[in-house]
Amino acid sequence: MSHATASAAPAAPAAGVRSWLTTTDHKRIGLLYFWTAFGFFLIGGIEALVIRTQLAQPNGHLVGAHTYNELFTMHGTTMIFLALMPLGASFFNYIIPLQIGARDVAFPRLNAFSYWVFLLGGLFLNASWIAGPLFHAPHLSVAPDDGWFGYANLTERQFSPGPNIDFWLLGLQILGISSLAAGFNFIVTILNLRAPGMKMMRLPTFTWMTLVTQFLIITAFPVITVALVFLMFDRFFGTHFYVHEAGATPLLWQHLFWLFGHPEVYILILPAMGIVSEVLPTFSRKPLFGYPVVVYSGILIGFMGWSVWSHHMFAVGLGPIADSVFAATTMLIAVPTGVKIFNWIATLWGGDIRGTTALHFAVGFIAMFIIGGLSGVTHASPPTDLQQTDTYYVVAHIHYVLFGGTIMGLFAGMYYWWPKMSGRLLSEPLGKWHFWLQFVGMNLAFFPMHFIGLLGMPRRIYTYAPELGVGDLNLVSTVGAFLIAVSILVFLFNIWRTGRHGPRASNDPWGGATLEWSIPSPPPVYNFSVIPTVTSRLPRWRTERHGPMADPPAVPPAPIHVPGGSWWPMVAALGLPVMALAPLTHTLWVVFVGAALLLFGIYRWAFEPFEI
Amino acid sequence: MTHAAPAAPAVVAHHTSMGLDSRKMAFWAFIGSECLLFGSLISTYLIYKGKSVVGPYPHEILNIPFTSVSTFDLLMSSLMMVLALAAVQRGDMKWGKIWLFSTALLGMVFIGGQVIEFTEFVHKGLTLQTNLFGCTFFVLTGTHGAHVTVGVLWLLTLWVRALQGKLGPANAMTVEITGLYWHFVDVVWIVIFTVVYLIQ
Repeated sequence: MSHATASAAPAAPAAGVRSWLTTTDHKRIGLLYFWTAFGFFLIGGIEALVIRTQLAQPNGHLVGAHTYNELFTMHGTTMIFLALMPLGASFFNYIIPLQIGARDVAFPRLNAFSYWVFLLGGLFLNASWIAGPLFHAPHLSVAPDDGWFGYANLTERQFSPGPNIDFWLLGLQILGISSLAAGFNFIVTILNLRAPGMKMMRLPTFTWMTLVTQFLIITAFPVITVALVFLMFDRFFGTHFYVHEAGATPLLWQHLFWLFGHPEVYILILPAMGIVSEVLPTFSRKPLFGYPVVVYSGILIGFMGWSVWSHHMFAVGLGPIADSVFAATTMLIAVPTGVKIFNWIATLWGGDIRGTTALHFAVGFIAMFIIGGLSGVTHASPPTDLQQTDTYYVVAHIHYVLFGGTIMGLFAGMYYWWPKMSGRLLSEPLGKWHFWLQFVGMNLAFFPMHFIGLLGMPRRIYTYAPELGVGDLNLVSTVGAFLIAVSILVFLFNIWRTGRHGPRASNDPWGGATLEWSIPSPPPVYNFSVIPTVTSRLPRWRTERHGPMADPPAVPPAPIHVPGGSWWPMVAALGLPVMALAPLTHTLWVVFVGAALLLFGIYRWAFEPFEI
Repeated sequence: MTHAAPAAPAVVAHHTSMGLDSRKMAFWAFIGSECLLFGSLISTYLIYKGKSVVGPYPHEILNIPFTSVSTFDLLMSSLMMVLALAAVQRGDMKWGKIWLFSTALLGMVFIGGQVIEFTEFVHKGLTLQTNLFGCTFFVLTGTHGAHVTVGVLWLLTLWVRALQGKLGPANAMTVEITGLYWHFVDVVWIVIFTVVYLIQ
C-alpha cells in the first residue's frame, strides 16, 4: 500500500469511497463508528416506538405477542451492543489519540478491523428482520425473541426451534471479537502512546475512564463468549450444557451471562462518566474537583463491578448467604459512584458557569443518573427486589441509568466534541430545544414506569388488561417516548443544517484544558504538527505552577509520515459473518470459505509493508 | 499482533511511554483475556464434575499414562521455543530454523495425540452428546487443541519465513511474542491436565 507523506504544507485528506474503505486513520474510523452506531440507535429507537405504541392503551393490537418478543429483544440487544457501546467507541477513536498527544492508535489496522467486524456483526444481527423466507418461516422476520439476556433453557432448540436465537448467538460472538480487538488496541494506545510528560495522573479523565472500560471489556467478553459457545454447541451439536435432564443446570447460563452482564453495565456508563468529567470543568472554568479521587473511584468501580453479578439473580433463590453477600457488595459499589457525583457537583460549585448545550446534557446526566442510581440501590435489597423483579420498575431503572445516564452523557460529548470532529459549531438554540425535549420526554417516558411496575405490570408482556389501572400512566409514557423521538430529529436537523451553514469552529471554541483543543478543527491527518510536551494536568490552562502550553505550529516543521490505507482488515473481517452463515444454513463448506477469507486477510495484513 | 516486514524495524524502535514494545503489551493483554476464556471453561468443567447421569465416567476412560506422554511432549516444545528465540536473538538462523520447526513438530505430535485420544473415546462410547462429562471434556480440551493448532500454523509461518531468509534478529520480537503465546497455551494445558486427568 502507498505511503503518503505529508509535506510541510498540510495535504488535503484523500477523498472517495476507496479512501474510506481502506482508512486506518483513527479520526475517520471514529466518524464511521459514529454514523453506523447512530444508524443502529435510530433502528433501536424505532423498535422502542412500536413497543410504546402497542402499550399506549390496554389490549393493544398493533403487533402480536411474537412480534412483540422480537421487538423488545432486538431493542435491548441493539441499544446495548450496536448503539451505546459503539457510540462510546466513536469517541474513544476520535478523541483519545488527540487527548494523549498521539498521531494514531497503537494498531491502526486492528482498529479498522474492529470497525468492520462491528458493522458486519450489526448487519448480520439485523438481517434476521427480513431473513424469514430464506428459512421457510411463516413470517418475514426471524429476529431473536428471547430477551436481550437470552435465558437458558428458553433458548434451547427444543423451545426455540427457528433460526432466531442462532442469529442472536452468532451475531453477539462476532460483535464480541470487535470489542475485544478494540480493547487490546486502546489499552496499549493509552499506556504506550502518551506524549512526553503525559504521566498517568495527568491523563484526561475521559481517557482514564476509557482505560478502565477497556480492561472490563477484555475480561468480561471472554465469559459471554464461552456462554454463547456452550449455547451454540447445545443448539447445533446436541450437547447438554443447559439441559436439566442431563444433570446440567440452566443457572450456569445466568451466572456466566451476568458475570459478563454486570461489568457490561460499567462498560456502558464509565465512558459517559468520563465525558461528563471533561465537560463540567470546561464550562465551569474550574479544574475537576478531586481529580485523583474521580480516577480512583473509576478504578474501584472497575474492580467492584465484578463482585455484584448475582444481584440480577435474587429471584432464583441462591440462599440467604449468597443473597446477603451480593446485597452488601451491590450497596458498596454505590459508594465510589456517589463519590463521583459529589465531585461533579463540587466542580460546578462556585464555577464561572456557561450554560452551553453540552453543560445542559452533563448536568442532566448527573440528575438522571442519581435517580437511576437510587432506584438501583432499592434493587440491592433482596426482599424489595423480589417485589420489583420482572416488572416495569426494573425497566424504569435501566432506562434512567442507560438513557438518563449513558445517552445524556454521550450527547454531552457530541455537543462538546462535534465542533472538533466536523469543524462546525452546532446551533446552541437548536441544541437547547433538543435538550429540553429529550429531558422532558425521557422523564415522561420512564418516570411513570416506576409506578406501572410497582402496581404490578410485568415486563416483556405484549399487552395488559384495563382492570390493572395502568392505562393512563402507559399513555403518558408513550407520549414521552415520542417526545424523545422528536428531540432526536431536532439533533439530526441541527447537524445537517450547521454542516451546511454553521459557523466554522476555531481550534478551541470552548476554552478547554486538554490537548485536543490545541490543534485545528477538524484536525489534520497527522493530528499534531509537533508532538507536544506536557508539563501539567491542564496543559492549556494557567495553573498556580504552570503557564498555558504553546499551541503546536500550524505548519509541520518537518515532513510527517502518515500510514497509507489497507484493504486487509476489511477482508479479514468479512470472513467472520461468512463463517457464521455456515451453522445458520447448515452447510459445512461455508465455514471453510469464511476461515480461508479470514486467514487470507490476516496473512496479507501481516506481510504488507505498513509503517506506523 | 502480527509482525511487520523484516526490513522495517521502525516499529520496534518506536518510542513507547512504558518502554515496552506495543505488540508485546497487546499480547499480554490478550493473554489476560484468554485467562478468563479458559477460566470459564475450566470452571464449567468443575461445576459439572460428577453430575453426569450416564457413563462413561472419567475414571473409566481417561488414559493417564498416554496423556502424560503428550504433556511431556508439549513441555518439551516449550523448551524448543526457548531455544528458538535464543538462536534468533543471537542471529544463529541455522539453529533458529531447527528449533522453530522442532517446536511446531512437537505441537503437531500433541495434536496427533489428541486426535488418537478423541477417536478412542468415541469408540468407547463417549461423544459430545453422551453426557455432561463428554460435553465439558471435549469443548474444553478441543478449545485448547484449537489454540495449539493456531500456534503450529504461526510457528510454521515463521519457519517458512526463516527458510526464505526473511526472518532474522530484527524480528526477534515477533518470535518472542510467538513464544509468549506458545508458553501460555502450554501452561493452560498443565492446568487442564491437573484438573481433568490427575484430580479425578
